[in-house]
Amino acid sequence: MNRAFIAIAVLVGAIGIVAADLGASTRLNPYAAPPLLALGSGLAASGAHCSAPPQ
Amino acid sequence: MTDQSLPLSGRFGLYSLRAGLVLATLLAAFVVAALAGARYGLLLLIGLGFGMALEGFRFGFAGPWRAMILRREPAGILAQLLAIALVAVVAFPLLGNATGELTGAHAPVGFAMIGGAFVFGAAMQVVLGCGSGTLVNAGSGNAVGALALPFFAIGSFLGSLHLGWWTGLGSAPLVVFSGGTGLAITLVALALVAILVIWLGVPGGARLPRRLILAALAIAALALANLVVAGQPWGVVYGLGLWVAKGVQGAGVDLSANPFWAAPGNAERLASSLLTDVTSLTNLGILAGAFLIAAWRRGLSARLPELPVRAWGAVIIAGLLLGYSSRLAFGCNVGAFFSGISTGSLHGWAWFVAAFAGSYYGIRLRPLLGLEARS
Repeated sequence: MNRAFIAIAVLVGAIGIVAADLGASTRLNPYAAPPLLALGSGLAASGAHCSAPPQ
Repeated sequence: MTDQSLPLSGRFGLYSLRAGLVLATLLAAFVVAALAGARYGLLLLIGLGFGMALEGFRFGFAGPWRAMILRREPAGILAQLLAIALVAVVAFPLLGNATGELTGAHAPVGFAMIGGAFVFGAAMQVVLGCGSGTLVNAGSGNAVGALALPFFAIGSFLGSLHLGWWTGLGSAPLVVFSGGTGLAITLVALALVAILVIWLGVPGGARLPRRLILAALAIAALALANLVVAGQPWGVVYGLGLWVAKGVQGAGVDLSANPFWAAPGNAERLASSLLTDVTSLTNLGILAGAFLIAAWRRGLSARLPELPVRAWGAVIIAGLLLGYSSRLAFGCNVGAFFSGISTGSLHGWAWFVAAFAGSYYGIRLRPLLGLEARS
């Protein structure tokens, strides 16, 4: 076994997580997506970050 | 080893592989943009850039701290400080002028925060991988990183379940440096740390090689792009915990009773696709970027290390501790140290001191756990 096997297994696992999640989460809608850049969008930042306490 | 050393057929195969890798990554970003929106495709590309820069320039956090503690080599830490300073110079004015659109990595200093950072520092030296480093290692086929990563994610989720109890042990009011004065304080403090590590380092060790200067410039540019596109600084830990939370919820466990996951922002993340979560996208990009560089360099053929069973057990426990402790510390080396300091949060500085102290002990644990030859 070499590093290629491990690296490919990790990537397949990550793709698997995303694929499984696509079926279980809210349907994607690119037309409701926020603007390309948060800066200048006029919208409040809404993403989640590890430094933010739960709110 | 150069490409010219290969016969013509071998070179054709190598170039085809490289072209395929680049096309596949661009296609992935396009698919994400088409499915979820242009911002999310761009965030995947930014993550890809992080992975390529970290792996391509061999830029990290755990390794340079180890080099400073063991061999008094300050260059790696100086490159980290340079990257943080470059981000701060741009991020402070942006955060001051775009209030609401952009947020910093701001968290309070507390008992659990400091203790979490100390444990994270120790655990990251055991696996020789921090938040970003574990992703890079896993993506480039490092078996220790690949084993630590899922347990890092599980630990991050478990930490989120208990975060309220831990923060209840006591926290100081939030302290954020902002504006011109805040930037001056941050830059002076970074300069003082740089002077200290140069003074403690070996003579001549402060000279930064070109590789580290380029790495600092690339990481700083990508961190600023992350801030401008996502509205928040670069982070790692939240996305990993979210992956496990989604799996747990998918298995039928109701997380709505937990204060962390019941909070409106986190509940929304649980319901929404990972392809719209900032840190998930950049984490996926880091994995792919590290893989791309490792494959590009033909560095995936190396055999796996032969470690004793206790070493693999130690990697699992260290992975869990990495995730759990970074959740309590309000971030890892990326979310707390890099992004915290560069956006003015005092907790970034507290994290740095505590994690560096933990690293001192983690380095001494590695040989005892069978992860390297005893010296």
